[in-house]
Amino acid sequence: MKPVTEFRSPTKLTYTVSAGTVATEFLSAILQRRIVGRRCPVCTKVYVPPRPACPTCAALCEEPVELPETGTVTTFSVVRIPFPGQLLEPPYACAHVLLDGADVPLLHIVGGVDVNQVRMGLRVTAVWYEEPQPTLASIRYFTPNGEPDADYASFREHV
Amino acid sequence: MRPVHIAGFAQLPHGLVDNRHDEGGMVRAVTAAALQEAGLGRDDVGFTCSGSSDYIMGRPFSFVMALDGIGAWPPIRESHVEMDGAWALYEAWVRLQHGDVDVALVYCFGKSSLGDVEAIYALQNDPYTIAPLGLDPMTAAALQARQLIARGLLTEREIAETVVNARRNGQSNAEVPAIETRSVEQLLAQPLVRDPLRAHDAARFTDGAAAIVLTVGGGGPRIAGIDHRIDSMNLGVRDLTLCNSARIAAERAGAHNIDAAELYVPYASQEKLLCAAMGLDPGVQINPSGGTLVAETPMVAGLVRIGEAARLIRSGAKRTLAHATAGPCLQQNLVCVLEEAP
Ligand SMILES: [Zn+2]
Repeated sequence: MKPVTEFRSPTKLTYTVSAGTVATEFLSAILQRRIVGRRCPVCTKVYVPPRPACPTCAALCEEPVELPETGTVTTFSVVRIPFPGQLLEPPYACAHVLLDGADVPLLHIVGGVDVNQVRMGLRVTAVWYEEPQPTLASIRYFTPNGEPDADYASFREHV
Repeated sequence: MRPVHIAGFAQLPHGLVDNRHDEGGMVRAVTAAALQEAGLGRDDVGFTCSGSSDYIMGRPFSFVMALDGIGAWPPIRESHVEMDGAWALYEAWVRLQHGDVDVALVYCFGKSSLGDVEAIYALQNDPYTIAPLGLDPMTAAALQARQLIARGLLTEREIAETVVNARRNGQSNAEVPAIETRSVEQLLAQPLVRDPLRAHDAARFTDGAAAIVLTVGGGGPRIAGIDHRIDSMNLGVRDLTLCNSARIAAERAGAHNIDAAELYVPYASQEKLLCAAMGLDPGVQINPSGGTLVAETPMVAGLVRIGEAARLIRSGAKRTLAHATAGPCLQQNLVCVLEEAP
């Protein structure tokens, strides 16, 4: 008997997902090229993207915090090889960007610069696409803004 | 066995669609309320266990997102079941028997409004033989109802009466969406959707979350017995007019002298079968909350049954029974018997 090694059983599930109040606030702001986080009333940490509750205090984060589009690279990796599902052409730099006034870094891309120039402490500014969509990908990348590098001590609490 | 009590219970009002909360927000609301009712803080909790399903929530690792709601820092002892919260409560009860932890927090959440729950449940069937046929749970329940009727164990009128009672009881439950009462005649006049079942025979899916705080000792309703059993996933090898897993779980949980029972009834045709399997006398009050025919939040409705059964003790009942089920044709059953704290 020949072993059965393959059979077809197509499965499809469709969902209508809502972002919830907190993510809706964040994504609506992105449409206006604004970045809005939320502050924990207990430890005062500012989360971006915002969270409905502080993951360390379990307190409700109800206060929106307007954040600038400038920040500091706290860590990075240069992606040098292609892989399935890749959106950008290598090489490119994937980085944690700590926005000024935020307490957790945002994962994004550092672009508009030779990847060999990307470094911890690099000061960057958001570069937006012409027509923002409700997604963090509406920021094309963060690019160096010419400010002097930040001291490691100034962001060591956030790495 | 260490005596385990239900010290606190909270649920989000079950809604038809909840667009407001994400996982963390839902969990934060119910766990904070349950801990408050128990008079405890999150630092008192020695073990946390949750129940939910990524298939229901439509996103991977939704249970990890939910941890935001309980402030799991510094890292806590935590576990999760991809099941109804009733089974999370079972795991927490077992954990409390170990002897080194005295307070456990159980929570669960689910949103039926995001996807097609029946299509999701259909994927629980055997992937090689049954799932490709697309057997949905209501069709499976109809196969079962047909056999019950043929054996003289059930009538279409009794199915309708179950719906009438559930909707009547649901009128006084402020935590479920409004539902209209109907007469048996009105219900029987409705078209058959899975002959012999009608649309209103299926539980009404809702969105929501619930939490229970368990303590060793202390006050509050005591868990007198708890057990869960599972039947074969192959419907053909089961006698669908019996429910052996529910019978054995009820026997082992001590389902006697019950005043009132909160049963997880996915289809109205299954309530009488469940009562018979668990040996519940005709005098037992069934689903004073309205039960799942009024509000079934996936992954939550089972834990809610335990919470509602605990509320019945707090309002004067001596001994109550809570039941949870999963899988086609009542495949898996959990029974929890509660009594007054001695
Ligand atoms: Zn905090």
